[in-house]
Amino acid sequence: MTEAIGAGDPPPSRLPERRTLGSRQRLTPYALLGPAGVYLFVFFLLPLALMLYTSLQSGGLLSGGFRFSWEVSNYADVLGQYQRQFVRSIQYSLIVTVVALLLAYPMTYWIAFYGGRFKSSLLLLILMPFFVSFVIRTIQWKFILGDNGPILGALKSIGLLPDEFRVLATPFAVVAGITYNFLPFTALPLYVALERIDKRLVEAAKDLYSSRWQAFRKVVWPLSIPGVFAAFLLTFVPATGDYVNADLLGGPGTTMIGNIIQQKFLLELDYPEASALSVILMLVMLVLASLYARILGTQDVARAAGAQV
Amino acid sequence: MSTIEVAARTSEDHPPAPLNPARRRWTRFILPAYTLLLILYLASPIFMMFLYSFNDIPGDRQAAKFFGFTLDWWKNVFNIPGLPDAFRTSLEIAPVSAAFATVLGTLLGLALGRYRFRGLRPVDFVIFLAIAVPEIVLGASLLSMFVLAEFPPLGFITILLSHVGFSIAFVAVTVRARVQGLDRNLEDAAQDLFATPLAAFFKVTLPLIAPAILAGFLLAFVLSLDDFVITNFVAGQTPTFPLWVYGAQRIGIPPQVNVMGTLLFSAGILAAVVNVLAQRRRGRG
Repeated sequence: MTEAIGAGDPPPSRLPERRTLGSRQRLTPYALLGPAGVYLFVFFLLPLALMLYTSLQSGGLLSGGFRFSWEVSNYADVLGQYQRQFVRSIQYSLIVTVVALLLAYPMTYWIAFYGGRFKSSLLLLILMPFFVSFVIRTIQWKFILGDNGPILGALKSIGLLPDEFRVLATPFAVVAGITYNFLPFTALPLYVALERIDKRLVEAAKDLYSSRWQAFRKVVWPLSIPGVFAAFLLTFVPATGDYVNADLLGGPGTTMIGNIIQQKFLLELDYPEASALSVILMLVMLVLASLYARILGTQDVARAAGAQV
Repeated sequence: MSTIEVAARTSEDHPPAPLNPARRRWTRFILPAYTLLLILYLASPIFMMFLYSFNDIPGDRQAAKFFGFTLDWWKNVFNIPGLPDAFRTSLEIAPVSAAFATVLGTLLGLALGRYRFRGLRPVDFVIFLAIAVPEIVLGASLLSMFVLAEFPPLGFITILLSHVGFSIAFVAVTVRARVQGLDRNLEDAAQDLFATPLAAFFKVTLPLIAPAILAGFLLAFVLSLDDFVITNFVAGQTPTFPLWVYGAQRIGIPPQVNVMGTLLFSAGILAAVVNVLAQRRRGRG
């Protein structure tokens, strides 16, 4: 700021006084930050640290409670015992993320480039599911996909499907449910990236005799890649931890790691093993999030989260 | 300005080399039609909920079949034991949680949007993590802490504390975006006219960022009202609306749930539309 005022220019009378921050003004950001900082420390960072602590405890609820004992074997135990659920969660989540990206990209592209004055209304329509509880939406899918529901029932009655055909309790139902529930999380960051692209670049490409497809492939697509990564992060990470879809739409063969964590925490009260599972999930998240933030910064995810689009 | 627009439109409608005009004419409808289909797909469970709030089922649990039209469930919306209490708990927690999160998040958003200070990047990263963290990890860690501390007892208070916690980051990023878009000269001008920094803030800055604060509040309100995963971990024996529905679905949900869901949905959409219109009017004026 001070460099902006040339050395030779006579400084306007009050300006220097205000630009050199007094100690009081230097403290202002910390004063503003203080309350939320303390709150996030106590109710976000501290719990994560305490979960790490709990994951290294041993003992049982019935045998005198849990004690901290650097019980690293908890991790080996849960990784060995629930390997299948871990692998399944990552498989489902990857399929969900790829499908959601393929579904959302053409839509967000069209809205960002051709939405005109309807952009904000169209975005509100994409966010519409958020105004109905996640649980209720998933229960409705259970009815829509039901064995005799509006889709399967109709197809069966005209003989297109055998009577015993079902969608519920299959991996397809779980993946479809998660895809539905996370589609807006995929669409928002994609939109943030696509909307930011200067539309004149596409005009320029066309002036240089590129076809629509070439203009897309050489101009729009490369510029939208940060959005694809943000969408990947905001879809893949939460989808891996989801258990509601597997619980409501799945069956015994579709149990995900979230179901195990929830069951151990809330039913079996096996806090150390449940915490070890959550810590593993948290580390996956931390690695992906740190990589993303280091390479692409945090701005896009923040804008998508605030729906500042 | 208008020349540029005309030029842009011309090149849009009449591409320089229309190699295959007949094909282009119908392909231009693919993307809008696709968008419409995807929006219908996103809306389908909501439509199902609305429709089945009128379903004249023989019993009192939602069935997949549509039997006929009735207003019974709308008339007897509070007739299910336990459900109104859970609904009330949700409606009590959401505004309180949103209010706290809005105050804390607005201050945080101001700090991040206006100042460069030592520690800005770590704070920014923590907010980013709070947005990206899977809900189950957050819920499990909060439960770990409440169990270790043996305080406070699981219930209303722990739900409230947790909801404020996960909402702050969303309010902060909403407010920060607006603060960064502000013209700092406006505040400087106020101070040149002998307003104290505090007066300049309240008379100039605050009114300008008010729409973002309101949007942040609405976001925090909706996040709290809808949250299932984190609440499920920290609620103890106090069900909120989503928790009650989740518990009830094992034996089948009563159609009144669809009525309440429809009411909440309508209220939410109304608030969002009012917010968008208010911002648009402000932007024009």
